[in-house]
Amino acid sequence: MSPILSVRDLSVTFDVRRPGSWPWTPARKLHAVSEVSFDLAPGECLGVVGESGSGKSTLARAIVGTVPSSGGNIFFEGADLANMDARQRRVHRRDVQMIFQDPLAALNPRMTVGEIIAEPLITHEPKTPRKQVTSRVRALMERVGLLPNLVNRYPHEFSGGQCQRIGIARALILKPKLIICDEPVSALDVSVQAQVVNLLMELQRDMGLSMIFIAHDLSVVRHISDRIVVMYLGRVMETAASDILTTAPEHPYSQALIASVPIPDPVLERARPRPILEGELPSPLAPPSGCVFRTRCPKVQPSCAGTRPALQDIAQGHQVACPFHAAQQVLAVTG
Amino acid sequence: MPLLEIDNLRVTFSTADGDVNAVNGVSFDINQGETLAIVGESGSGKSQTAFAMMGLLAKNGRAAGAARFDGKDLLTMSNRDLNQIRAREMAMIFQDPMTSLNPYMRISDQMAEVLMLHKGMGKAAAINEATKMLDAVRIPDARARITMFPHEFSGGMRQRIMIAMALLCQPRLLIADEPTTALDVTVQAQIMQVLGDIRRDFGTAVILITHDLGVVAGFCDRTLVMYGGQIMEEGPTDDVFASPVHPYTSGLLKAVPRLDRADATLATIAGEPPDMSRLPAGCPFSPRCAQVLDNCRAERPVLATRGNRRRACHLPIKEVA
Repeated sequence: MSPILSVRDLSVTFDVRRPGSWPWTPARKLHAVSEVSFDLAPGECLGVVGESGSGKSTLARAIVGTVPSSGGNIFFEGADLANMDARQRRVHRRDVQMIFQDPLAALNPRMTVGEIIAEPLITHEPKTPRKQVTSRVRALMERVGLLPNLVNRYPHEFSGGQCQRIGIARALILKPKLIICDEPVSALDVSVQAQVVNLLMELQRDMGLSMIFIAHDLSVVRHISDRIVVMYLGRVMETAASDILTTAPEHPYSQALIASVPIPDPVLERARPRPILEGELPSPLAPPSGCVFRTRCPKVQPSCAGTRPALQDIAQGHQVACPFHAAQQVLAVTG
Repeated sequence: MPLLEIDNLRVTFSTADGDVNAVNGVSFDINQGETLAIVGESGSGKSQTAFAMMGLLAKNGRAAGAARFDGKDLLTMSNRDLNQIRAREMAMIFQDPMTSLNPYMRISDQMAEVLMLHKGMGKAAAINEATKMLDAVRIPDARARITMFPHEFSGGMRQRIMIAMALLCQPRLLIADEPTTALDVTVQAQIMQVLGDIRRDFGTAVILITHDLGVVAGFCDRTLVMYGGQIMEEGPTDDVFASPVHPYTSGLLKAVPRLDRADATLATIAGEPPDMSRLPAGCPFSPRCAQVLDNCRAERPVLATRGNRRRACHLPIKEVA
């Protein structure tokens, strides 16, 4: 099956000016996303993980089209996002919807829940009869677990979990093909988080949605995703099926990330070796030469500062951007 | 005698919509060098419990009951006496280190101020001591960086500075309110290791307030679970995680996705966290409890002690699923 979304060598840079600098001094380039490539199959859920500043949200925005890319291509159902005409772009905006982190901030406080959920429909299909709009809104509210008689309430009357359900209903009303969730459950309490995660998984399965699920919480990402992309400083470090990535990660960064995630089991937790990753993310204004992770890598080699390692296939559907480590694996297999 | 003894603590906020009871009769104690986790979701009253004993409640808040530190009641103490205890005997760190640091002051000045005020040290000696403490929380090149401003540090580094500042007078109790919630997991692991070292090297007792069960599992001797301003259960961390005796704890543990397990679907707790201004008459968890009994809605269960565990639930222990 051909992928619904193909991202090829995508880069996004931002111009950054120091406050108080002269107008003629050239702006510095912040590399938010660098040469990212991946495919998303129809009906698949792809998780994107990484620390803050790794470029996961910028990647999401580039795919939706709210941030211009500075290099590479994004193909949605075969069409290049950069070369779309106005009509195609309108269709793309219907087909790709987004769910945001802060459920209350993402909703207009002066609109009722009904108006919020109906707005995309009225914008994209203005000729829809009023009656039909109302019935679709009510049906969708029921589908996401909101009582349809709350349709005239305002966002502040709802709890965080309910606001996120409203956000989900708004994203679904146009029957999109791809949903991008940017940290959709990180603002929610644990007991409510489980409800929203289950709802998203159910909807994805029942409506055949493709999904990109961005979060910093690896446990949630593993639970919901088929495949996981690990990003660091704007670059892809490793891509693999969720179970493989979380149980047998190959890249030193993925290994460190997974070792840092606490497990709610005191006996297991005490027994776990805890290789602590020293330091913090380097500045994206001046990323390290060669491998961007080398400044914190516990297995760093002198050669890591030279050429930048490319993503290499080490198994079916498993790619790692660490030649040293991948080479070791190959040697171990053949030797 | 325990280091800190909280006895039937109540916190009430008067608001335009009437009184909100944030903490409803909480009792626990902590011994010298012990680590206690207070776990709960937003609105459970876990932070207000700490704020009440530190004398940091908002203006419309009142605390009742007792919070005895070394036998002295913190709630009835004069501000002057409380100030003596607050820096020297107990200290607190918060979720967002940037809002807790003064953005206009160099780290050196902020830290030296504490020592000059409480220990009567000279400025040079105070800065010297502060540098040593920054070394202890593993801030690289502390001697050079101590003269920097808070905005020049990353989030993880700021939290280390907060920890160093809280420890300047070597308090016997450190209260950490969601210290790693705003940080990335790799930085969270670093901060938890720093807190672990502090506990080992200085023998500081730590109250860790958090919603993250994973962080608790790796750090705390005892765990106390709160919901709706009340204690649901308390016990040694290993026991609480291995065999919870309250349906809320049990539900919470099942609702957390785990990195080491592939579950098909997550168990959920139905409903939403309680509205603190309209708490039910009985058990605060009764509207969401899957194992609710008839008397749960009418009668608030008392916190009963059995061995080294306490719980507030009408359901017999054996029947907790």
